[in-house]
Amino acid sequence: MTLSVSLTQAFPGLSLDVAFDAPPGLTVLFGRSGAGKTTVINAVAGLLRPDAGRIAVDDRTLCDTSRNIFLPPHRRRLGYIFQEARLFPHLTVRQNLAYGRWFAPRDAKTEDLSRVVDMLGIGDLLSRRPGALSGGERQRVAIGRALLAAPQLILADEPLASLDEPRKAEILPYFERLRDETTIPILYVSHSAAEVARLATTVVVLENGRVARQGPAPEVLSDPAVTPLGVREAGAVLTARVVRHHPDDLTELETGGLPLLLPRLAQAEGTTVRIRIAAQDVMLATERPRNISALNILPATIREIRLGGGPGALVQLDAGGNLLLARITRRSADTLALQPGQQVYALLKAMSVSKESIADPK
Amino acid sequence: MDWLGPEEWQAVALSLKVSFWAMLASLPLGILAGFALARWTFPGKQLLNILVHLPLVLPPVVTGYLLLLTFGTTGPIGGALQKIGIVFAFNWTGAALAAAIMAFPLMVRAIWLSVEAVDPKLEQASATLGAPRAWVFATVTLPLILPGILAGAVLAFAKAMGEFGATITFVSNIPGQTQTLPSAIYAFLQVPGGEASALRLVAVSIVIATGALLLSEWLSRRIAARVRGA
Repeated sequence: MTLSVSLTQAFPGLSLDVAFDAPPGLTVLFGRSGAGKTTVINAVAGLLRPDAGRIAVDDRTLCDTSRNIFLPPHRRRLGYIFQEARLFPHLTVRQNLAYGRWFAPRDAKTEDLSRVVDMLGIGDLLSRRPGALSGGERQRVAIGRALLAAPQLILADEPLASLDEPRKAEILPYFERLRDETTIPILYVSHSAAEVARLATTVVVLENGRVARQGPAPEVLSDPAVTPLGVREAGAVLTARVVRHHPDDLTELETGGLPLLLPRLAQAEGTTVRIRIAAQDVMLATERPRNISALNILPATIREIRLGGGPGALVQLDAGGNLLLARITRRSADTLALQPGQQVYALLKAMSVSKESIADPK
Repeated sequence: MDWLGPEEWQAVALSLKVSFWAMLASLPLGILAGFALARWTFPGKQLLNILVHLPLVLPPVVTGYLLLLTFGTTGPIGGALQKIGIVFAFNWTGAALAAAIMAFPLMVRAIWLSVEAVDPKLEQASATLGAPRAWVFATVTLPLILPGILAGAVLAFAKAMGEFGATITFVSNIPGQTQTLPSAIYAFLQVPGGEASALRLVAVSIVIATGALLLSEWLSRRIAARVRGA
């Protein structure tokens, strides 16, 4: 199933004009606050009626202003996960979870309650009320409630934004499993580069009410032109296979025929992982350096160099078919006379890749 | 209740009956008005607001006299209702009508406040989960405003028990028909040797009023705890 959205909406101070497709998998709607992300997701949910536009899941039209179609939210078959869990305070966790099923069509294929409860690890909470839950527990129940409504489209509006770092780390894996286990499109609003890197299969970048870039996550994230959050957050995502755990607490991986050494991972040998490599952790050299402490020296080809307004430059590299980003100074780019098409070596300290940058694949 | 004379007992029973029906009959309208004032925008909203609150600030005698003019047997509404067999004038139903109107502002205000306290985001969440509007109201809004409704109902009941001015002006002071507790106390105080009866009724009033307040406190605390989700 694919969600297709095109809509225009005028606000004082912002005019929104966007069109994008969200294929199966998790599509992150990415951008700064005020870029129009929440407006778009609320229009998809039917909580807001756009000035003009068309929203459809495959051939099921949710909204088409030219044909005067506007399905109210309750007929859109959604599972909407809000930033603040929005659990019903007067109902128990079990009743909250079962709420959507009441209204799902009789022939709808509903998820099994016990399977969802197991997946989210909320079995012990069922008889409690939302007031007695922690923020992370509440958000897990909210995810379950959305899943159990037998949705044909899952929406999530910055579901982790109100949680602290440990709670975020607690919830992220559930979104990964959700992404990997369902075939319905998930539209996920976020302004966190880390979340995008871990979760996105497709990225739609919004800037001032326009789609600045859309496409598969590895392409968009390694595009030096797309740095909606500033270069400090820039980074590429690559998929690698765990080859072997070394006795000195390093893990050897393989990506596009290139070896990669990282601090020991929890994943078993043979599994694939997804790694976010921040642009500022990558150094470039025009010759293969010797006698250097950096363990990863990857031969790569420069695809594009983008100079910023300040002292920095972003260089996009192709290393064994993987797209990487390196953030270097403009001075270095000049001194080394870097050019697109040139062969270089990308240097990555193993220790610079943190555990938070490594996730299960897709 | 041997210590109450038949006439006193009659007044207490009538008052309970009048107040109960005044509260019950005005409750649906009170919920509607409280909801409309809290949530809807419509032409004439300010007028509705004033109409609801007028009995709170008008002298009760004025309210009673206006009721007599409109709902009396010669009044425009009272005359029409009489043809289909509904009589308010000098009848216990009239006492209930007067009590309901006098208590209405208290009921509406309590419900209004509780509707304003409901987060519309919860109702949105309910709609995204597939609930049609009526079900959103029944499964989310109504349970959340229940404390307000109960508090409003108990307040209205207590106010109705004490209503005097509008009632005596509209439906007079007929023992067994329209002589409610306050009217009976007033009547006993007008006759020599009636102080003992009056005092007994005063005691009953205090007991009922205190009971109503305790009940409303208990109910709203219980339900507030439920709604808070603890």
